[in-house]
Amino acid sequence: MSTPNLSIRDLQVSIEDKQILKGVNLSVNGGEIHAIMGPNGTGKSTLASALMGHPKYEVTSGSVTINGEDLLEMEVDERARAGLFLAMQYPSEVSGVTNSDFLRSAINAKRGEGNEISLMKFIREMDKQMEVLEMDESFATRYLNEGFSGGEKKRNEILQMMMLKPTFSILDEIDSGLDIDALKIVAAGVNEMRSPDRGVIIITHYQRLLNYIKPDFVHVFMQGKIVKSGGPELAERLEQEGYDWVKEELGIVDETVGHRV
Amino acid sequence: MSVFSREQITQLSQSQNEPKWALEKRLEAFSAIDSLPLPKLEKTNIDRWNFSEFQLYQASEKFEQAEELPDAVSRLILEESNVLVQKNDAAVYQTEKALDQGVIFTSLQTAYKQHETLLKKYLFRQDTTDRVAAIHQAFTQGGAFIYVPRNVSIKLPLQAVFWLDGKNAGMFPHVLIVAEENSRVEIVTNFLSTSSDAAVSNSVIEAFVGHGAKVQVATVSHFGNTVVDVMNRFATVGRDGDMEWIVADLSDGRIISKSTTNLKETGGHVDVKSVAFGAGEMRSNITSEILHFGTHTTSDIQARSVMKDKATSIINSITKIEKGASKSDGQQTGKVLMLDPEARGDANPILLIDENDVTAGHAASVGRIDPLTLFYLMSRGISKEEASKLIIRGFLDTIIADIPSAPLRESIHETIEGKFTS
Ligand SMILES: Nc1ncnc2c1ncn2[C@@H]1O[C@H](COP(=O)(O)OP(=O)(O)OP(=O)(O)O)[C@@H](O)[C@H]1O
Ligand SMILES: [Mg+2]
Repeated sequence: MSTPNLSIRDLQVSIEDKQILKGVNLSVNGGEIHAIMGPNGTGKSTLASALMGHPKYEVTSGSVTINGEDLLEMEVDERARAGLFLAMQYPSEVSGVTNSDFLRSAINAKRGEGNEISLMKFIREMDKQMEVLEMDESFATRYLNEGFSGGEKKRNEILQMMMLKPTFSILDEIDSGLDIDALKIVAAGVNEMRSPDRGVIIITHYQRLLNYIKPDFVHVFMQGKIVKSGGPELAERLEQEGYDWVKEELGIVDETVGHRV
Repeated sequence: MSVFSREQITQLSQSQNEPKWALEKRLEAFSAIDSLPLPKLEKTNIDRWNFSEFQLYQASEKFEQAEELPDAVSRLILEESNVLVQKNDAAVYQTEKALDQGVIFTSLQTAYKQHETLLKKYLFRQDTTDRVAAIHQAFTQGGAFIYVPRNVSIKLPLQAVFWLDGKNAGMFPHVLIVAEENSRVEIVTNFLSTSSDAAVSNSVIEAFVGHGAKVQVATVSHFGNTVVDVMNRFATVGRDGDMEWIVADLSDGRIISKSTTNLKETGGHVDVKSVAFGAGEMRSNITSEILHFGTHTTSDIQARSVMKDKATSIINSITKIEKGASKSDGQQTGKVLMLDPEARGDANPILLIDENDVTAGHAASVGRIDPLTLFYLMSRGISKEEASKLIIRGFLDTIIADIPSAPLRESIHETIEGKFTS
């Protein structure tokens, strides 16, 4: 099998007629970890949501391919089955649907009819991954995200990723709200997934996470696009000096998007 | 009601060998039918519903074995339960399992012969205040009598299946439950139709919950779209008694479904768990009413409806705390989930409180599937259709999951599952 690839070319996205993404270019290959950093309100989550096919976001131009296939032509569920995964910044709470029923449906959706995972195998797999993430077994039978704490929701997103084993994962602020121990556990989960067959995009505000998950590339997001790229040293400099030097270098006054039309 | 005569009512009563007082109750109700108004229902127009056109006699064959019953009926029978099956006007099958000492579980007709004093004490003691209730009392046929003596706990559920079949069939079962002090009983009733003809079911379930007794009554209705389905449930709960109603309205025709629970003494408790799933042009008006009279009485109504196609569901939750019912607590939640543009729903929360020293709360909502929830589930590879099903099942499961009996839960699930595709 050739190296997996996710290519984003000149992606422009609007929400309610307000343009948020203004030409994003990024190519991620299997085996690579890309970190996207950037101030609040610059469009990072918008990029993640638009790639997944969030109903509110409208792609106005550009293209995205996953392993050569047109991602933007696909429905949300097809995108997932094509190998894309988004660990959301604010995942929904779904009353009455247990975590394990939900996960099993998701796994079986990917495996297809007639090829469903056996209940035993599923339970074994779920137990194993929950152990890696140090999640109490009661989370299997609790309703999906309902009443979960912020940190528990994040862990549950990573649990889903580990169970579904997607080709490309986008982790949107998976570290926010996590205490230091939880951060290490979640990072261990992501690292366990690391392989030449999989690529990861990590959206974060903090270098701290990147100490545990070493990125290959770091991108700075401002005004709805990537304005600067580099290696791990770029994240370290941002952590120490903030974003002012980047803005100065590029002559940017207001780094956010969508406030002035 | 000009189609029927007093003579026919008298004949009906005599053919069942009823005592004279029972005939009098019938005639009293019969003569009131034309002068009484239809029940007043919030936001549901029932003027043109058929309550009074049906055939009086339909002799049905008896069944010796459960295996001989049609699959639609036999599959409802819970494993190990004691079962009574009524087809249209009469009992056609009953299991012969031995019951605990003093426990009575028979058709009402048999009960008239063997337990007349008990019946006389409890049966038809309420005034009929509307036409539909009067029709029920005048034409009552079959039903069941359940009596649980003091301190007796029945481990296995008692089950009654009411089966409507044939053109213009009418079914008027009356289920009377008397649970004496500190007794325990679980009763499951199923209502279904097996033909697609116009028909009427007008049933009453009455429970008398004694001091410290615990009674659970489930009603699972699954009539076709040509049936007018009226069910009135009453419970009177004594000191520290505990009543639980489980109501599954899964019929597709016209539905009036109401429960009224009277917490008349200190410490009584009632739970109402009500779910509905409507398809096609189903119209339903579902009311849960609680009357708190005793002090320290508590109640909780949980009602949820899912409406697809052009179905309509009105959920009324009424909690009335009377003066003097201090330290009482009444909670209620009513929610409607509409799946299609032409589905309709309404949730009416009503709290009527005449006492200061109480707590009460309500929540009501009417809505559609949240697109963000759908997006979330689909983002894990689940198709839109499957994701919607998960959300809908989950919406009802928050109530169904609390039903203690696993076989009953499964039975309700199965019926709902069948309605997704109908
Ligand atoms: N659903 C929405 N409705 C209206 N505006 C939106 C919506 N989603 C995003 N926006 C706007 O788009 C802009 C970019 O938001 P986005 O969430 O992508 O930023 P971000 O870079 O992820 O910020 P943060 O670091 O705070 O998470 C913001 O101004 C935001 O208010
Ligand atoms: Mg964000």
